Amino acid sequence: MANTMLEVHELTTKYVTRFREDVYAVDHVSLKVEEGKSLGIAGESGCGKSTLALSLMGYYFPPLHYMSGDILINGTNISGMKPDDVRKSILGREIAYIPQAAMNALNPTQKIIHFIEDVILEHDLYVTKKDIYERARKLFETVGLPAEVLEKYPVELSGGMKQRTVIAVSVLLLPKVLIADEPSSALDVTSQKMVIKMLKQLMEAGFISSMIFITHELPLLYNVTDDIMVMYAGQIVEKAGAQEAVFDPLHPYSKGLMGSIIVPEKGLRDVKLTAIPGVPPNLKKPPMGCRFAERCKLAKPECRVTSVPLRDAGNGRTYRCILSENELREAYAREAFQNAK
Amino acid sequence: MPSDKKICLSTSGLTKIYGFGAHRTVAVDHVDLKLYEGEVVSIVGESGSGKTTLAKMLLGLISSSEGDIYFQGVKRDISSQKKKQEYWKNIQAIFQDPFSSYNIFNKIDSVLLDCIHMRGGRNLSREKKVELMTEACSFVNLKFEELTNKYPFELSGGQMQRLMIARIFLLKPKILLADEPTSMIDACSRATILDMLMQLRKEIGMTVIFITHDIGLAYYVSDTVYIMEHGRFVEFGSADEVILQPREPYTQRLINDVPKIYEEWDLSTV
Amino acid sequence: MKHTLQQIFRSPKFVVGFSIFMAILLIVLIYPLFITDSPLKIIGQGTFFPPGIYVSAYDSLGAPKFTLNLTDAAAKRVADKLGDQERADIRDWLVADGIPETEIDIHNTEKLLEQWAQNYDPNKKIPGMTFAKQRYYQRLDESLKGLLSKEGAIIAQKNTETGALEEAEIINQTDYVNIDQVASVRVLPLGTDNFGRDVLTELVAATRTSLQIGLVAGLVATLIGLTLGLLAGYIGGTVDDIINFVTNLFIVIPSFVLLILISYSVGQESRGAFLVATVIGLTAWPWTARAVRAQVISLRNRDHVNLSKLSGHSIVHIILTDILPYIASYVIMALILQISSGILAEAGLSILGLGPKTTEVPTLGLMMNWAMIYQAHVQGRWWAYFPVLMTIALITFSMNLMNTGLDQVFNPALRD
Repeated sequence: MANTMLEVHELTTKYVTRFREDVYAVDHVSLKVEEGKSLGIAGESGCGKSTLALSLMGYYFPPLHYMSGDILINGTNISGMKPDDVRKSILGREIAYIPQAAMNALNPTQKIIHFIEDVILEHDLYVTKKDIYERARKLFETVGLPAEVLEKYPVELSGGMKQRTVIAVSVLLLPKVLIADEPSSALDVTSQKMVIKMLKQLMEAGFISSMIFITHELPLLYNVTDDIMVMYAGQIVEKAGAQEAVFDPLHPYSKGLMGSIIVPEKGLRDVKLTAIPGVPPNLKKPPMGCRFAERCKLAKPECRVTSVPLRDAGNGRTYRCILSENELREAYAREAFQNAK
Repeated sequence: MPSDKKICLSTSGLTKIYGFGAHRTVAVDHVDLKLYEGEVVSIVGESGSGKTTLAKMLLGLISSSEGDIYFQGVKRDISSQKKKQEYWKNIQAIFQDPFSSYNIFNKIDSVLLDCIHMRGGRNLSREKKVELMTEACSFVNLKFEELTNKYPFELSGGQMQRLMIARIFLLKPKILLADEPTSMIDACSRATILDMLMQLRKEIGMTVIFITHDIGLAYYVSDTVYIMEHGRFVEFGSADEVILQPREPYTQRLINDVPKIYEEWDLSTV
Repeated sequence: MKHTLQQIFRSPKFVVGFSIFMAILLIVLIYPLFITDSPLKIIGQGTFFPPGIYVSAYDSLGAPKFTLNLTDAAAKRVADKLGDQERADIRDWLVADGIPETEIDIHNTEKLLEQWAQNYDPNKKIPGMTFAKQRYYQRLDESLKGLLSKEGAIIAQKNTETGALEEAEIINQTDYVNIDQVASVRVLPLGTDNFGRDVLTELVAATRTSLQIGLVAGLVATLIGLTLGLLAGYIGGTVDDIINFVTNLFIVIPSFVLLILISYSVGQESRGAFLVATVIGLTAWPWTARAVRAQVISLRNRDHVNLSKLSGHSIVHIILTDILPYIASYVIMALILQISSGILAEAGLSILGLGPKTTEVPTLGLMMNWAMIYQAHVQGRWWAYFPVLMTIALITFSMNLMNTGLDQVFNPALRD
C-alpha cells in the first residue's frame, strides 16, 4: 500500500467580494493523492479548480478565506496554520505550486542561479553556494535542461525554457506534492510537450512524490495524470481513472465535457460534438439541489430540490448524481442510438 | 478541391512588413491564397506566425506592404470610406475575445441596429427592426426580449459570441473571417458556437475562414487547411490530406505535439 | 453609470476631497450674498490691521451706559499698560538714576509708580542709553499718566460761541456699553491687508477668481491635449509624428519659463484673469496630449474598434463613441489635476508680478504678491498671507484627493 501524500477532507473555502458577498468556490471537496500518483482536475472556467489549487496550499489571504475541512500532507494537518508558518515550513518543502504565468516570477535583473540561491537559503541557511550550484546542475541535467541556463538572465531564455526553469526551481526542495495550475497553456504545443515530459521525469526521478495537475484541456489531462476529477460549480461531480473518465464518463456533465473534446485524429470529423446549453450557476446563490440540474438533459424534478451526495461506483470511482450507474449508461446508449439515426 | 466553383477571395504576393532598419519584421511574407465560394478554410499557425496580421489585411483593417487582394476576381479597392463600407458588406469578422469585442457603453440593441442600418434598413419602421433583431437572436438561441436594453457585460462569454453570430446573420456577408472564435470559450459551449456558424454558413452560403492555433479545431470544421509558419504557408490542401498525411516537417511536428486520446502521444520526440 | 458613481462615492479619499472642495465652493458662492462690499474696497486707513472686532469709538460714547462693578477691571487696565517687561524697564531706569535696587519692588504697583513719578525726568540723559530707548521711556511715561486714577474721563464739547471746552459727560471707570447697542461694529476676522482692505472678503473673491482661472486653464489644456492626443493616437502615421514632435518640443521647454515669457510679452495692461488662464492652459497641455495618445493607441487595436469599423462607422463616430467613453474617466482625472496645477501656476506667476492686472480682481496669487511686496512675512502680519496659503493648499489637496480616489475606482490595479 502506497503512502498517502495528500489527503483532503471536506475542504470548504470562500471568496468575499468587495460588496461583502460570500462566494463558495470550493465546497466540501475531498480528495486523496498517493505516492507516485498524479491527479488531474478538469472543469470549465469558474468551476473553482484554480481556487482549489490555492486552497490546497493552506496559504490564505483575502479575498480567499478558509472555512472548514482538513488538509493532511503526509499525515500532518496544515489547515488552520498561520499563513506565515505555512509559507516558511510548508510551501516549497511540502507543497510546490506552479501557476500559469509562473515564468513571469523570474526577476529580469538576476541570473537564474541567483534566484535558486534565494529560494534555497530562505529554507536552509547552512549550504554553500557551491553546493547549491551542484544541486541545481544535477537537477537540470535530470530534466534535460542545459546547465548554462543557470548563468543566464531570464530575457535570454524562451517562454518554454523559462517555464521549465521555474518548475525545476520549484521542486529543488523535493516537495511531497506539486500543484500545477495550467502550467503549459500559455505555451506553444512543442513547449507544452516539453513541460509535460519534464513533469513526468521529475516524478520518475523522485523529485516530487505526487502531483495535482489542473487544466481545462482534457486531451492533455488524459495524457498526464493517473486519475481525473471533474469539478462543477465548486463541487466534485466525478472522479475516476483517466481512461474511464474520458471514455466512459458517468456524470452527465463529464459526459458532455468528454463529448466536446477536439483532437486532430482520424474519425473526429464524423463525431458530433456535444454541446451543453446554459451557463453554470451563480455561486453567490447556489441552487439547493443538484448544481447541474438546470443544464442537465436527464434532470428530474427532484434533482432541483434534493442535494445529491457523491456515490461510490467501486474501483475508486465516485460520481454525484441521483441516477444509478446502469440508468446513466442506458440513457447514454439511447442518446447515441438516436444520434446515429 | 471544388475546382468548378468560383474564386471568392484571392491574394498574390501579399506581404506585411512592420518597422524598418534593425526593427524590420516581416509578419506576412508573400502569401498566395485562393478561396472558393462556399468553402470553409482554416489558417493554422502558432502565435507569431502572422495569421492575425493576414486576417486584418484581408479584412482591410490594415494596409499591406506589398501584393494584392482580389475580391471575386477584381482587385480590391478600399481607397475611400465609401468603398470600404461597400467592401465590408461582403466580408465580416468574429473576433477571439467576446469580452473586448463589444463597446461596453453601447446597449446590445445598438450592435444589431448597426447591422440593419448597414444593410440599408435605416428607414425601416421600429417594429420591422425589432422583428429582424428577434429573428437574428432566435437563430442563435437567444431571446431578444431578454436582451433588449441590456449591456454586453451582463451576458456570459458564450452568449456574447452567439450575439456576434446573430450580427453576421443580419449582415449576411459573402465571407466570414473567424479569428479564434472559440478559444476564450469553455469546451461545452464551443460545440454550440461551431454548430451555429456551420448552420449559418449553409443558410446564407458564405465562405468561412477560420484563423486558429488549434489544429484539431481546424480539422473538425474545414474543407481546406493552410499551415502558416513565420508569415508563409508551409503546406496547404484538403483537411484530411494535411492533418492525416502531413508532408512538411513543420506540420508533422505540429500535429505530433498536440495531445491525443486515441493514438499514443509520444513524449520521446521532444 | 449609476454603479460607477456609487463606487466613486464609496471611496473615502474621493469623499473627503469632494467635501473639502464643495465646502470651499459653497463659501465662495454664499459669502458674497451676506457681505456685499466690493472685495477691493479700501476700508482701513493704514496697513495690516490685525484680525478682530472693530467697535466705533465715537458711537460707543453715545451708546447707553451700564454700570458694572467688576473687581478685576482696574487690575486688567493696569496689566494692559504695565506688563512685566515695563516693570523691569522701570526698575532699570530707576537703578540707573541712583536708587538702590533693594528699595525697588516691581510687584508693588503703587509704590513703583510713585517712585517713577518722583524720579523720572524725561530730559535726563543716562550714559550709554540710546536715543530710541530714551524715546521709549518718554512714551511709557506718557501712557502711565493717570493709570491709578479713580476718576472718570471727562468728555468735553466745544461751545460754538465762546470756543471754550465745556464738560458734557463723565465716563466712569465702571461704565460699560453693550456691543450690540453700538451703532457701528465691524468684524474683520482676518484683519486688513496692506491697502486696508478686508482680507476675508478679498480672500473669498480671490478664491472665486482663482477657481475660475483654474477651470479655464484646465479646460483649455485638457481640450487641446485631448484633441491632439486623439488625433495623434487614432490616425497615427505622419499626423502622429508631427503632433508628437510639437508635444515633445513643449515638454522639453520648461512650461513655467514659457509662461513667464508669454505673460511678460503680453504686457501688464492687457493681462486680465481670463487671458492669464488661457495662457496657462496653452502651456499645460503636453502631458495630457501624451497620456491620451498612449491610451488611444492601446485602444485603437481593440476588437470593439475593429468591429465598429467593420460596421461602417466613420472616424468621427468611432472616436466619439468607441474611444472617448473609454478614456473619459482618465480625461476627467487629468482635468482635475490640470485645474489644480492651473491654480498653482497662477499663484506662481502672480508672486512674480506677472499675474492678472492688479486693479480689477484679486486672485490668490495676487494676494500673496501684495503681502510679499509689503513685507507682511517680515513684520509678522500672518493674516495677510497665511489664510491665502491655506486656501491654495486646501484646494489643491482636495483636488488631488479626488483624483487619487477616482484613480482607485477606475484603475483596478490600485484597488486594495
